[in-house]
Amino acid sequence: MAVRELTCISCPLGCPLRVELDGQGQVLSVTGNTCKRGEEYGRKEVTAPTRTVTSTVRVEGGKAPVVSVRTKTDIPKEKIFACMEEIRKAAAKAPVRIGDVVIPNVAGTGVDVAATKAVDSLGCPQ
Amino acid sequence: MKHDIVIIGGGPAGLAAAIAAKEAGVEDVLVLEREKELGGILNQCIHNGFGLHTFKEELTGPEYAARYIEKAQALGIPRLLRTTAVDLRRQGDSVVVTSVSKQDGLLQTEAKAAVLCMGCRERPRGALNIPGTRPAGIFSAGTAQRLVNMEGYLPGRKVVILGSGDIGLIMARRMTLEGAKVQCVAELMPYSGGLKRNIVQCLDDYGIPLKLSHTVVDIEGKERVTGVTIAQVDGRLKPIPGTEEHYDCDTLLLSVGLIPENELSKAVGVELSPVTSGPKVNEQLETNIPGVFACGNVLHVHDLVDYVSEEAEQAGRSAARFVREGRDAGQREIPIKTAGAVRYTVPSTLSPGRMGPEAVVRFRVGRNMRKATVRVLVDGKEVLKRSRPVMAPGEMEQLKLKKEWFTDACQEAVIEATDGQEGN
Repeated sequence: MAVRELTCISCPLGCPLRVELDGQGQVLSVTGNTCKRGEEYGRKEVTAPTRTVTSTVRVEGGKAPVVSVRTKTDIPKEKIFACMEEIRKAAAKAPVRIGDVVIPNVAGTGVDVAATKAVDSLGCPQ
Repeated sequence: MKHDIVIIGGGPAGLAAAIAAKEAGVEDVLVLEREKELGGILNQCIHNGFGLHTFKEELTGPEYAARYIEKAQALGIPRLLRTTAVDLRRQGDSVVVTSVSKQDGLLQTEAKAAVLCMGCRERPRGALNIPGTRPAGIFSAGTAQRLVNMEGYLPGRKVVILGSGDIGLIMARRMTLEGAKVQCVAELMPYSGGLKRNIVQCLDDYGIPLKLSHTVVDIEGKERVTGVTIAQVDGRLKPIPGTEEHYDCDTLLLSVGLIPENELSKAVGVELSPVTSGPKVNEQLETNIPGVFACGNVLHVHDLVDYVSEEAEQAGRSAARFVREGRDAGQREIPIKTAGAVRYTVPSTLSPGRMGPEAVVRFRVGRNMRKATVRVLVDGKEVLKRSRPVMAPGEMEQLKLKKEWFTDACQEAVIEATDGQEGN
């Protein structure tokens, strides 16, 4: 049996959670929460935690050197650094529009990385 | 040429105020913006979590800004970019903004009303009194954020962060993702000023220690920072001898508070609150200077941009009403006072005769509270009582005052928050 100690982020209360797992990683119990959302958070956080990754990608021929990007939805937490590795190598060509896919299926997650800002081409008038 | 309304600042407050004023029927609204694009601080806040209240989805800062920029464009609201307002004064029935820009040189803009939307600035090292040398490598967290997210430049590889405000927490994660080693976040107070969610997702996720009741007592390095010393502090916030720890690092980030930027407000004679460092306003969000309104972080520092947008829409509507009807000068105003743990309220005065059916009051408490009770009293009589399981200094609270609670003879309203720990 293993025990994980977490802080619930479902609301500002920030309950200290204690999640007990059996040898197969199955959740046995969640304690310390004061509402149902706390239990759900505790279960998800120890079995399949996910995060949205936001970063920037280099832009070629644009009015700004970089463009901000995000994973369109959250991805498994353990894929964050693999995702960043691809983001670091990627480049976008100006003009970039919000929602343009910069990296499809990042780190094999099935989730695309897309631009969150528009960057015009260098020659484009204001 | 005299405009109807001039909006000083094209960030989230300025955009929402301009849109609301235009939608309230005012034709001639002009936005002045210092940067080369609209959007303000949102442009460098590339993380997600914006807009949950307004759009019911989690947007990044640039995405949130884009929604307002597109709307302002669709409404045909003109803006002057790369234009820095340097002076504001009243002249007869007008307000006059003096600004400078590369394209226009010195420019004077006359308008019937002005909305102050200048935002806030980070508290700098100079305000902290940290001993040690003055090397390169000390940045405010927001400066580092701009360098990484907009200029594409990583300002350091081995980092210590002082202050656990949200920008510091966000930058701990951002620098880590970009390959820097963030060694710890030191916080002077026994609790963090940042959101729980940010402590979990920016520090805990990456194993970055948060050292509460710790501060920087020495900075080393001649050309560039080479290390800092951190020590624990006692209940009076004094460093405890023998608790010093040394960290080798090339960068120190400061996330130690935000201050509303009110140089222009002072120039025109706006009265400021010593608690918020922002203008004192009535329920119309109008300052003591007729026709000058304020909203967003220049008024008081907000936690969520959604509330900035909401407040700015109100300021925009109020400015539109001023342009249409002039100042309702005959109306008596009563003070909104604070009690218990409430530090301030915005607005701080209200006119029972002039107010609409409801007036929103935003406030903050001065300490962490559990099982708290918030009450509104009008002339000593309780008109609203609400229990709050938890309240924190880092989170803005709001409630609505109803017109029916007030009579023409009322003297004052009081907003109170208590949890039985008063005086401890």
